[in-house]
Amino acid sequence: MKNIQTKKTTSAALKYLFVACLISFFGCETDDTQTVATFSQLTMSDEFDTDGAPDSSIWGFDIGTGEDGWGNKELQYYTDRPENVKAQNGILLITANQESFEGSNYTSARLITKDKFEQRYGRFEARIRLPWGQGIWPAFWMLGADDDENPWPGAGEIDIMEYRGQDPSILIGSVHGPGYFGGDAISKEYTLENDRFDTGFHVFGIEWGPEYINYYVDDVLYNQITPEDVDEETDGQGVWIFNKPFYILLNVAVGGTFVGSPNAETEFPQTMLVDYVRVYEYNEIN
Amino acid sequence: MKNKTYIKIRSSLILSLGIALFLGCERDFSDDVEFDTFTTNGDIFTDEPVGLTDEFFDSFDPSGANPANPEGFGTDDNVAFEGQSSIRIDVPAPDDPDGSFIGGIFLDRGDGRNLTGFDALTFYAKGSTTATIGEVGFGTDFGEDKFAVIAPNIRLSTDWRKVIIPIPDPSKLVQERGMFFFSAGSQSTGGLGFTFWIDELRFEKLGTIAQPRPFIFSGDDLQEQTFIGSNIPVTGLTQTFNLGNGIDQTVLIAPSYYSFESSDIGVAIVNELGQINVVGTGTATISATVAGVRAAGSLEVTSTGNFQAAPTPTRPSENVKSIFSDAYVSETESNFNPGFGGSTTEFAFNTLNDDTIVSYSNNNFSGIVFENTVDASDLTFLHVDVYVDQAGTEFEIQIRDVGANGEINTDLGNGLPIGDDKDRRFTFTGLVAGQWTSFDIPLDGDIANQKNNLGALLLIDGPNFTLDNIYFYTE
Repeated sequence: MKNIQTKKTTSAALKYLFVACLISFFGCETDDTQTVATFSQLTMSDEFDTDGAPDSSIWGFDIGTGEDGWGNKELQYYTDRPENVKAQNGILLITANQESFEGSNYTSARLITKDKFEQRYGRFEARIRLPWGQGIWPAFWMLGADDDENPWPGAGEIDIMEYRGQDPSILIGSVHGPGYFGGDAISKEYTLENDRFDTGFHVFGIEWGPEYINYYVDDVLYNQITPEDVDEETDGQGVWIFNKPFYILLNVAVGGTFVGSPNAETEFPQTMLVDYVRVYEYNEIN
Repeated sequence: MKNKTYIKIRSSLILSLGIALFLGCERDFSDDVEFDTFTTNGDIFTDEPVGLTDEFFDSFDPSGANPANPEGFGTDDNVAFEGQSSIRIDVPAPDDPDGSFIGGIFLDRGDGRNLTGFDALTFYAKGSTTATIGEVGFGTDFGEDKFAVIAPNIRLSTDWRKVIIPIPDPSKLVQERGMFFFSAGSQSTGGLGFTFWIDELRFEKLGTIAQPRPFIFSGDDLQEQTFIGSNIPVTGLTQTFNLGNGIDQTVLIAPSYYSFESSDIGVAIVNELGQINVVGTGTATISATVAGVRAAGSLEVTSTGNFQAAPTPTRPSENVKSIFSDAYVSETESNFNPGFGGSTTEFAFNTLNDDTIVSYSNNNFSGIVFENTVDASDLTFLHVDVYVDQAGTEFEIQIRDVGANGEINTDLGNGLPIGDDKDRRFTFTGLVAGQWTSFDIPLDGDIANQKNNLGALLLIDGPNFTLDNIYFYTE
């Protein structure tokens, strides 16, 4: 009986401790030095709860190889086939396969919300488990919605998450625009200590308002990019263009200049698992 | 009944305490909770050995046919990655009178350590030259070696490099004594001795060891004809991990890391040491997992039931030069699966009642290559016992004399012997399924006058057959 009493005491203490932990966790949000995820009014979310093709009211596709492998000498052919993209058990699966298809040696998929969902400012986040291996290049990113009239890099690009499959613990967040694009993008790497991005889900996000883009992963705010950064890094030549609607892209590329080609050790298929994509309204406070 | 209740309560308590610790709450343990006594310290060598036996280094056998050299092991107070001291290993040259290689183990001085909280053995190494260490690992304890892990061919740099050897399934290592294992010779340096240093040797929880890919039978899906009573080992046990730097590391791992399965335990069972025992008639597939991850590779055994051994040879041993028979001492060691380019052949030894036979399957061309040539000048026949499962099976044997140069010289265009080689070819026909047929092939034809350097028995087509009692003799 004494034992049972001891156990009860432990549980009570535990509950108390748990509450204390919760308080300290949420306590972070009221601290102005940590502006991780402050916007809370949803404007779009896809939880991928319907099996099959992704919701066509939100997602379209880029098909084929683009020009020069989407400008990066990428090796895959993008399709909208279920072999490359489907929702299953509440998860969106984007799969890169090694197969001969329309003259390419790899297939994959690239989902875009262009003309379906575009937004200026706000919080854009996705919970993703990444693929891995040399030459695998997944991304969760955005392009300026006016890119037909104002071609890249003029329309701008916000890379919320990019990652090289051969560097499984390193996340890269960047912006590209006129005067700072390609290899000269304004960019920052974040290393996940004692862990990696291909073994579990992580939330990748930005909070974007006038004059700033905050980059975060899970509960860590790891970078802020502002017009001052663009000025500094481009000696005043770059223009801040992140003041208009952007659309979302989700893709897994294979090969290309950014990652290099897959090698004999690269395992196929490789799948990016997306639990959700959620977008929130800019709250005009921060 | 009282006792049972007590245990249940204790389990809940341990669980609760575990959660409390996880949340960062420190509490004193109840007097009733008993934790295991095996230390969870991961350090093996920092500036000195940590918790190891007084011997520190336990060498492989320094006597015997291939003696290890115990002289080249020590510590070095002038070289260290961190702190003041490192382990220094002087790898001998092949002609070193004290032994041609160095290797051994470090043992925990207690009853073993609980390594379940770690995911890798790590250390820093540097070499006097860019040599390769043949093998390093852990889990070898000169006892059962139950959870041995070996990483082959570790490349040394002349600067310090971190070496990471993943643990296949840490949950198995609740009491491990084999802290470290290495074996090094001068194969990679063309016979020149070299030195390497090891520092900061420890088990670590890196969190970046991922994408485990276990293999059995080297990832191949094999098939084998067999019979009741056969014992077949599961071979080709490796596991590949992706390390934090994105590079794959493959390790050889002991069978006890696997959970083996048989699809029909009425046909074949497999124990935790990876030994398949055929117990009935029919087909069973052997597969495996490591820590819940399905291993690539399998073996489908088809058992034809009870097996009759080949007739026991009765010829006096003085008239015989044997290649493969339990009745005679072999004249030479042989390679039963030389892996000729383009060969699709699979091969296996099977042992039944102390009688070993050799089975070939899916054979296009293979052979038995003798390590030393056999002089059959005074002998007149080759004896072979052949067993097949399928009626109509025919295959050819080519008795090859390799000539004075001791090498197999073959015209790759037509398969005929060239140079100083000669052969005698014979086709096994009239084989009856499910029984042994004995053949005595005269050593005549092209080798009638050149059979003093017999070097190989080449086997063509089949594709499935079993052989026993292969020997040259005179009447």
